[in-house]
Amino acid sequence: MHDPSTPACRIEMGLADTIQLAHGEGGRLMRQLIENRIAPLLSLDRSGLQSDAAVLGQLDGETVVTTDSFVVSPLFFPGGDIGSLAVHGTINDLAMAGATPTHLTLALILEEGFALQTLDRILNSIADAANHCGVSVVAGDTKVVPRGAADGIFINTTGIGVLQGDSRMRPDRIEASDQLIVSGPIGKHGLAVLSAREKFGFKPAPESDSAPLHQPAQDLRNQLDLDLHAMRDATRGGVAAVLHEWAEASGQTMWIDAAKVPVTANTHAIAELLGIDPLFVANEGTFLVAVHPDRCEAALDCLRSHSVSAQCCVIGHAQPRDVSAVLIRRGIGVDQPLDEPSGAMLPRIC
Amino acid sequence: MKFLDEYRDAALANDLIKQIRGITSQRWVLMDVCGGQTHNLVRSGIETALMDVLELIHGPGCPVCVTPSQVIDFAIALSHRPNTILTSFGDMLRVPGSHQSMLTARSAGGDVRAVYSPIDALKMAIENPSKEVVFLAVGFETTAPATALALLQADQEDIKNFSIIPAHVRVQPAMESIIQSTDNRVQAFLAAGHVCTVTGYQSLESFCQASHTPIVVTGFEPIDLLDGILHSVRLLEGNQVRVVNRYSRNVQRTGNASALRTVESVYEVGDRPWRGFGNIPSGALKLRADWKRYDASEKFAPYIPAATPDDQRCRAADVMAGRIKPMECAAFGRECTSESPLGAPMVSSEGACAAYARFQTTSITPLERSE
Repeated sequence: MHDPSTPACRIEMGLADTIQLAHGEGGRLMRQLIENRIAPLLSLDRSGLQSDAAVLGQLDGETVVTTDSFVVSPLFFPGGDIGSLAVHGTINDLAMAGATPTHLTLALILEEGFALQTLDRILNSIADAANHCGVSVVAGDTKVVPRGAADGIFINTTGIGVLQGDSRMRPDRIEASDQLIVSGPIGKHGLAVLSAREKFGFKPAPESDSAPLHQPAQDLRNQLDLDLHAMRDATRGGVAAVLHEWAEASGQTMWIDAAKVPVTANTHAIAELLGIDPLFVANEGTFLVAVHPDRCEAALDCLRSHSVSAQCCVIGHAQPRDVSAVLIRRGIGVDQPLDEPSGAMLPRIC
Repeated sequence: MKFLDEYRDAALANDLIKQIRGITSQRWVLMDVCGGQTHNLVRSGIETALMDVLELIHGPGCPVCVTPSQVIDFAIALSHRPNTILTSFGDMLRVPGSHQSMLTARSAGGDVRAVYSPIDALKMAIENPSKEVVFLAVGFETTAPATALALLQADQEDIKNFSIIPAHVRVQPAMESIIQSTDNRVQAFLAAGHVCTVTGYQSLESFCQASHTPIVVTGFEPIDLLDGILHSVRLLEGNQVRVVNRYSRNVQRTGNASALRTVESVYEVGDRPWRGFGNIPSGALKLRADWKRYDASEKFAPYIPAATPDDQRCRAADVMAGRIKPMECAAFGRECTSESPLGAPMVSSEGACAAYARFQTTSITPLERSE
């Protein structure tokens, strides 16, 4: 037995508490990490651990796949953490493509010295989010890089889902007079992460909107079918980036009324203070919908029946292309072009 | 949001526009001094709404834009110095020096970090005692008190690994230089509300009389701006030459005494070249002799690069002096874009060229709402 105060013991304790390079080297430590920590937390089947690949069996419909990497800093922020974000982000990509998510893979890149306790918190968060969304984690990978070569933990998730119905989400189907709906208040995620990282100390602290969107998305598709022309979660670049993408794809002008864009009082105050336009700020649980004008009310009713999109509203419409791809009506009633986000405003938000 | 939404009221704005149009007998030329005002005038559509009755030209009030490229080059050189962290406001990082910006210097290995306040830079110095932390201190009189506070604190705590590149400038000498130029067209100024919050407007009064130019101290929200314009036009139409304070919720005649004292304890008035303008007498704040130990240009003098001429295609000087509008520059939107800027006004959040590139389309007319 070591005296707990001796250096030797502290090193040993360090070995037990943090990620070592050996955790990624394929030996005993790695097996223990996966079998004793990762697999139980994610309810992985022991038989699945014996193989490097998972067999999914027959899927009921056309298969959709997406992949996304998560490098958010800080790892924990009000309203979420890198784990829940890694699940929601990928599930939302599937949902926006019109698919029902079924499976996830999980790849972890860990920095030497990363606290195992923190890893547990993140794995628990991944497990909770995956359970909540009804998807199972079927395959994974763990790598460890030397101290300084990563920022604690990076996560990649690949999502697999099954397409609902025949129609695919195609923003080129957006027509003039289509109504543009946003599912809820915008700009929350980016400001939550920025405020947490910079320790601004706002009270109340802004909270991320990180949430899965597959349920309202599926419901919309089932009810509106071909009258639902496009859906897109407004992640990096915010609502402005989606509007520009849609304008580009459809050849129409996207017109929005700034007064109708939902922004919480807290977001509004913080964005004003920091000189940031919420239209350019990332969301992780808010999406835009373009819908045939005759079915706009039906779409709103459908969205309102889900708590994640209960505060949806119409913010504008598509119209024949003018000089500008995206127009916004501000304060005094003049229509002006809305700039395309050119990046780098808030680095590493997802 | 209180104290904000009421200054963006559309009905009130349209009423003010009507009033301005009602009393304007000729197309007066007004200059908004501050870049924040420029952006809001263009962004809110006020400029478009009044274009046929008034000419709004945009002044030199973008401190980032008037920071000489040699200063940026010096900062970049320091960012590559071993064990040195170069800090500045985020807005400064994208501004091109003679070859590159601080952001491109960072991707080339320089240690460049954005801070929200000079106090954060000082904290960084305290947390990194083995490194030199340099703050590129840009800004008008509005940001100078924060820099002065950081230096006072550094002195109090005897922090030796902190220094600044002093690049603070003063607004009024630039206004004077514009009025004195032979091709001046400015007939009234909308003075910069936030600068006046610190400096007050007492010193503007003698300038106003000497130059026969009415001055209205103006805020930044649409209603503030329209109100400032309305009062400028009233003064011009009534042939009255005086200073009117229309930003009284922040500005007092004698300014913020405590902030001014703080600045004066560290800085004195001096000369320094402005990018695009050349030397403006009394146009800068310089560190006092007993504060020179915090002056990075003394501490790291060998790193100061030679001055290089600015890109000749960029007409930033003409834009900032109000001689041309951004789109009258041949490079605007062609060789010079926000992604690949030739000059600072295209990238700074207060730059006039950036305002036009982002918010202005002259060929668009308001469209009917189809809801």
